[in-house]
Amino acid sequence: MKILCIAISFLSWTSIFGNRIEVCPTCAFTTIEEAYKSCENGDTLEIKAGIYKIPNWKIQKSIVVRGEKNTHLISQSGEEIITVEKSNVTIQNISFSGVVTNYLKENAAIRVKRCKNVNILNNTIIDCFFAIYLERTKHTKVYGNTINGNKNNIDRTEAESGNGIHAWHCDSILIAQNDIMHHRDGIYLEFVNNSEMNDNRSHDNSRYGLHYMFSNDDSYRRNIIEHNGVGVAVMFSRRIIMTENTFAHNWGHAAYGLLLKEIYDAEISDNKFTENTVAIFVEGSNRINYLRNSFRKNGWAIKFSGGCESNKISNNDFLYNSIDLVVSSQLNNNTFNGNYWSEYTGYDLDNNKIGDVPHYPVKLYSYIHNQVPESVVLMRSLFVDILNFAEKVSPIFTPKDVKDDAPKMNSNL
Amino acid sequence: MISFQNLNKYYKKNHVIKGITLSINGPGIVALLGPNGSGKTTLLKSFLGMVLPSSGDILFNGESVLKQYSYRKQISYLSQISRFPDNLTVNELISFMKEIKPGKTREHQFIQMFNLQQELEKKMGSLSGGTRQKVNITLALMHDDPLIILDEPSTGLDPLSLKELKKFITEERERGKLIVITTHILSLAEALADDIIFLLEGHVFFNGSMSALLNDQGEINLENAIAHILKSTKKVKDAEDIKI
Amino acid sequence: MLKILKYSFYEMIRSRWIFIYSGFYLIASMALLLLSNDISKVLISLTNIIIILTPLIGILFGTIYYYNSKEFIQLLMAQALSRWSIFTGMYLGLAAALCISILIGIGIPLIAYGVLGSAELSLFLLLITMACVLSIVFSLMAFLIALKFDDKVKGLSISIFVWLFFAIIYDGIFLLLLLGFKEYPLDKLTISMIVLNPIDLARILILMKLDMSAMMGYTGAVLSKFLGKNIGMIIISFSLLLWVILPLWTIRRVSMKKDF
Repeated sequence: MKILCIAISFLSWTSIFGNRIEVCPTCAFTTIEEAYKSCENGDTLEIKAGIYKIPNWKIQKSIVVRGEKNTHLISQSGEEIITVEKSNVTIQNISFSGVVTNYLKENAAIRVKRCKNVNILNNTIIDCFFAIYLERTKHTKVYGNTINGNKNNIDRTEAESGNGIHAWHCDSILIAQNDIMHHRDGIYLEFVNNSEMNDNRSHDNSRYGLHYMFSNDDSYRRNIIEHNGVGVAVMFSRRIIMTENTFAHNWGHAAYGLLLKEIYDAEISDNKFTENTVAIFVEGSNRINYLRNSFRKNGWAIKFSGGCESNKISNNDFLYNSIDLVVSSQLNNNTFNGNYWSEYTGYDLDNNKIGDVPHYPVKLYSYIHNQVPESVVLMRSLFVDILNFAEKVSPIFTPKDVKDDAPKMNSNL
Repeated sequence: MISFQNLNKYYKKNHVIKGITLSINGPGIVALLGPNGSGKTTLLKSFLGMVLPSSGDILFNGESVLKQYSYRKQISYLSQISRFPDNLTVNELISFMKEIKPGKTREHQFIQMFNLQQELEKKMGSLSGGTRQKVNITLALMHDDPLIILDEPSTGLDPLSLKELKKFITEERERGKLIVITTHILSLAEALADDIIFLLEGHVFFNGSMSALLNDQGEINLENAIAHILKSTKKVKDAEDIKI
Repeated sequence: MLKILKYSFYEMIRSRWIFIYSGFYLIASMALLLLSNDISKVLISLTNIIIILTPLIGILFGTIYYYNSKEFIQLLMAQALSRWSIFTGMYLGLAAALCISILIGIGIPLIAYGVLGSAELSLFLLLITMACVLSIVFSLMAFLIALKFDDKVKGLSISIFVWLFFAIIYDGIFLLLLLGFKEYPLDKLTISMIVLNPIDLARILILMKLDMSAMMGYTGAVLSKFLGKNIGMIIISFSLLLWVILPLWTIRRVSMKKDF
């Protein structure tokens, strides 16, 4: 009876925790290929420190692949390194490199294909065409990876460089704590629903730091998005929650901290936009709440273009932006309320911390600048100030209805 | 000592000094007289380098002064100045002038002469016109230079101070200096001058001793002699212009 | 020259107007600091004040100072001094007093507030430098105007006009040119227009610090290179230097030929 119990418990131990299979030049298995062959579902394949040149490795068993500090997998022929085709796989602590640009196939260091519950943890992926590619995947976690593409990507065409983390037709995935740089898009999401992107740092990517296409019900929080062509682009998506992110130093012409295109019912709150050429560029997006964001020292804080309706802009701080707001004529039914504008020149006689006269954030100069971009050099000149003042006194070009009726006297944040 | 050689000065088209050739030698007191616009200030200013002559040369002790400035070390010049830097005190101004013109000075003599002791720590802006002129004289004459040029020295001076100044000027002549004075007060010129230079319309009309001038014109005092000159040249339209 | 500088500086710093001028900056900076409690905002407000006020005060003080000192200058000219040393001495005293007013009026409150340890230190230093440079350039222009025109009323009116021109009218013309020729490439026109106005030069240098994010949005190749790279900084600094050297040289030429 006792023996039986031990046997059962041993069996269950192996079925839960599996066997440990080690690979190293002096181990029982010297190649990953041999080791993998002997793996069963639930086993752990430990790859000891060392450099392993391997051809494409298809993982079709539910195993844990774990590396050591200097475990380094290099693609033998520039092909994809790992293709996960089975659910319940974990890939952990491994360095990857050597996936080369391919104009026909989107090769990645790790591809996850049509499965669920895959964990990709704490890997380092250097100079690969695509780093991590999730394809029709659910309940998958990409956590703590360091992804560094090629520095030259910044000068390459879009076809020549791939994305850091690329997800396509996925559901309920979590991408968190990753550090992604020097790719085309840091994180690219297409048809990805109910997913979260948290605490990532995406920087120095040639196109977008984070890019949503046709994705709904997602959220991203506490990410730091810096020095990208465009920080975050959210396009053709619904119900995206964007909070507590930092968008900084996304500089250049057509450089935006956040680009919104055809977005509905989103919430943008508690973010920091610092020193971007355009903090938020909005095109055709409705029912969006902009709450408690801080816009500091951007070229433009918010640029509305195309029809934007029923947006609510409340309790934000607009601090020292060159231009706070640009609107196109079709800006309807948008409310500005309780924002703090560092440009506000009103007073607060009843001392309720709310300015007694409305603030009109759209200035004549922003129209002039739109007409002649060279006039950027006339910013803060006395002549432009006089023009702005004259326009403020009797508005002709600027919309009268774009105003904050309750501008704060002090910073909201 | 001073020698003008065929000096001409045009202000734009206005010919102010018309080929003046003139020597002034010391020691002695020379009064430079002439009606308004006769060129006497221009002549002095050319000598001091403030006005640049159009042609001709000016020599001081045999050397040309044009484009030079070190010769001015030997000149004490009293200008017609009514505005000093308002916020400097009399003492500061005196030490400033001593700094830019080093050498032995005798400002105490003037401070005593004009009773300036009480004024030394006051700012120039707060002084009366007369006191300012006293300070001006002190600043100009405190150095012991061989040539003294006085432009309207009597302006704003009370009779007592004027008397003291006259006394000082005659003492300086006794010490062998050349003193050139321009003034409107003919009695002052008459009382002091050994020689008279009379300018008229940019020319030297008369250059000689006081007694020669009186003899020439057959008058008994300077005022009459000058009125006679002006009448005889028929340039006088009315009595107003006789003001010299 | 140094002796004249010393006394002209003494004279200036004891002047009521210099006192009022530094007092104004002192009160303005302190009021701004108290009102907004945010050093970035204070610096931006000060930028606007400085760009307008330092040229105006520079040119007005310069002209008035010259006319007031005219007789004293004549007195100095009868001394064994060269004209050049008289004028540079007088001028430097004035310029030093103007710069010290700015350093005291803006420097002391902001340093007391702790700008030296803040992230805005470089903007603060740039602002102070530009305030001094503008004071220097416009007081030089003032001396030149006063030298050229003996009539005080005429000289003062011209000074005010010169300020109006560089502070407002010039930018108006600039903007009209840009709007009028917007179909054409305007980079070179823009750069030449900037270089020809000292206030614009100083303003652009400050913009490069303050509004870099917006500047980066500009697409024209030549101008964005000018605005974005060190080359622009060098050209602008060099042009500002020329704005000091050229008037100085003209003052030297004019003063040598002038009858006093």
